[in-house]
Amino acid sequence: MGLVINNGRVIDPSSELDKRCNLYIDELSGRFVGVGRKPTGFKASQTIDADGLVVCPGLVDLRAHLGLPHTTNKAGFENETLAAVAGGVTTLCLPPDTHPVIDNAAMALMVQEHAQALGRCRIHPLGALTVNLDGEQITEFATLAQAGCVGLSNAHRTIKNTLVLRRAFQYAHTFGLTVFINPQDPWLRGNGVMHEGETSTRLGLPAIPDAAETVDVARILSLIETTGARVHFSQLSSARSVDMISDARLDGLPVTADVAIHHLHLIDQDINLLNTHCHVLPPLRDQRDREGLRKGLSQGTLGAICSDHQPVGSDAKLTPFASSAPGISSLEHLLPLVLKLVEEGVIDLHTALSRLTIEPAQMLGIEDGRISTGTLADLCLFDMDAEWTLDPSGMVSGGQNTPFSGWPLRGRVTRTVISGESVFQL
Amino acid sequence: MTDTDIQFDKSGTLRHFLTVEGLPRDILISILDSAETFLGLGQREIKKVPLLQGKTVVNLFFEPSTRTRTTFEIAAKRLSADVITLETSRMSTTKGETILDTLNTLEAMHTDMFVIRDSFSGAAHLISTHVPAHVSIINAGDGRHAHPTQAMLDAFTIRRHKGDFSNLRVAIIGDILHSRVARSQIHALNILGVPEIRVIAPQTLLPNQIKRLGVHPYYDIEKGLDGVDVIIVLRLQLERMEGQLIPSDREYFRFYGLTPERLSGARPDALIMHPGPINRGLEIASSVADGEQSVILEQVTNGIAVRMAIMATLMGRQSPSPREAD
Repeated sequence: MGLVINNGRVIDPSSELDKRCNLYIDELSGRFVGVGRKPTGFKASQTIDADGLVVCPGLVDLRAHLGLPHTTNKAGFENETLAAVAGGVTTLCLPPDTHPVIDNAAMALMVQEHAQALGRCRIHPLGALTVNLDGEQITEFATLAQAGCVGLSNAHRTIKNTLVLRRAFQYAHTFGLTVFINPQDPWLRGNGVMHEGETSTRLGLPAIPDAAETVDVARILSLIETTGARVHFSQLSSARSVDMISDARLDGLPVTADVAIHHLHLIDQDINLLNTHCHVLPPLRDQRDREGLRKGLSQGTLGAICSDHQPVGSDAKLTPFASSAPGISSLEHLLPLVLKLVEEGVIDLHTALSRLTIEPAQMLGIEDGRISTGTLADLCLFDMDAEWTLDPSGMVSGGQNTPFSGWPLRGRVTRTVISGESVFQL
Repeated sequence: MTDTDIQFDKSGTLRHFLTVEGLPRDILISILDSAETFLGLGQREIKKVPLLQGKTVVNLFFEPSTRTRTTFEIAAKRLSADVITLETSRMSTTKGETILDTLNTLEAMHTDMFVIRDSFSGAAHLISTHVPAHVSIINAGDGRHAHPTQAMLDAFTIRRHKGDFSNLRVAIIGDILHSRVARSQIHALNILGVPEIRVIAPQTLLPNQIKRLGVHPYYDIEKGLDGVDVIIVLRLQLERMEGQLIPSDREYFRFYGLTPERLSGARPDALIMHPGPINRGLEIASSVADGEQSVILEQVTNGIAVRMAIMATLMGRQSPSPREAD
């Protein structure tokens, strides 16, 4: 029993493949059996015509919240995994700040079972670095890893005690586990809700200085130097932290980093008092920061672009800016917003797809994100030239919170395949 | 839609008064002129004019206030409106009702105007986008963002004493960081053509990029007061202090308090203003607050006339006709 995907423009950044060819998939194992060349004895029971479409590995998203706001219930998973596959995302990484927190093997297993039962995208959890994310007692890293956690993180709850953080790094290094960090000094963040600059001064909103991020990046880099821990910096917002991480990489430190798609498009000036959809954490920073992030993306310091998907109910956004819930529902628009960067000349198409597939997969240490014989047949098929306008009422996600409403977009996912099975079709 | 555009209705007439920022100069001038006509009203035996007769005004204060709330209430009553004042510390909100639910409830009672104060920046803006077309909103202070009627009454007071704005140096002293009053004053004075606005405070009380609002920051109060025509002293909002912004009240007064000695560096006819309430001996010495140059109490009186002018403007009547005013 086989599935053949005909005549698509197949782009696989991991093998630098870009050609019009057929893909052959064994439906039983859900894996590729031929790329461009039909294996002997292959019998197609199903054919998908991909003429005029780009066929790339299913997208791998380093951070997506699936609850409304932080629940692990099936209802949240149900909608949000649909949103994921509607956006071409076949694998996503779930941060541990769910309710309850993923700080034990049972929770880690439960979220994966939920995802499996739904049969849509693959979900890889991050385990909490500390019990209940309280920053005091480290969790059972090795047990969490055995239960499927692809790394450890304290999400947005910064570990204030540097000794605890150092020990967490040492212990993670012992088992070869990656620590995912959202750098943020909790005191400098305070009750801030937006970037400290001219706009925050004008609007009278409590502000978060750029140093809230860079101070913590510096602290963590120092700890990496002495522990050897592998650290991934999640969702950077500041140009200066990109420079610091770039230098650390040149010095040979085992660090990687990603950026959320909205930080590549929006800046603090896009905020007005009514636009609570621009309320995100870390905050949108200024023009110079956006340029720095874009440069970091093209140079590879930022090796992945994530959605940082966070669906929020409309009530939580229909309130004064400082009291609104942060977050953007972004899984469904990740690809077209990345293609917009290609259109604007920030990165080329191959780099863009690499930052969405093989590179984030490598950061998670998983085999997804590539098209080659023997690997999982997870695919995203999209029409590069389809032009459309983002209308939140048409979203699949339980949260219609997006600052990109009304944006003209180019490129649209038409089909998503997981293990050889179509899980989404436009 | 920008924050300032929402203040106008479809025909381009001012409908809400949410912020001074971005308003054209002629609107500010016409409010000041209109306030002049209302000012005499307070001296008369019959203090009322029927401009808002039959209209319902609700003062909705989600944050405590005495003088702003009271002067709004008096202003509305002198315009013959029916007035209801609700001062709640978000009581309904804690019961799970959102700010919009509360407003919708009151809206269902056919209110024509809401005067709103809230501790969150943007609260009045948010509400203004959710009320029917005939309803006007006045911002009586939102978070650290704006307090536009205060700025207008301050401008009014300055104009009454100084004639016009074109040759003035104005200094604002104190907690600029948390001050919606300062933000609105800066916008108003800039729009009205004040050539030099200074802000005086330690760096901890000055917001980032304050220069971009068109002011000159000073850390040194003596230098900052040199040759100024108007001194606006802000209340040190101890209730809003977070973190270590100043080491102590004592040191603040020693280095930033307005004393007679410091006042002597300003122009001899410099006005002393303060939005109130005053912390005597903290940001201003009693002898200065009560001295000859102080117009602090006059600001309160002027506040009524200016708020009447703003309410009348929004309700579609620029000012009383000569017959009504006499």
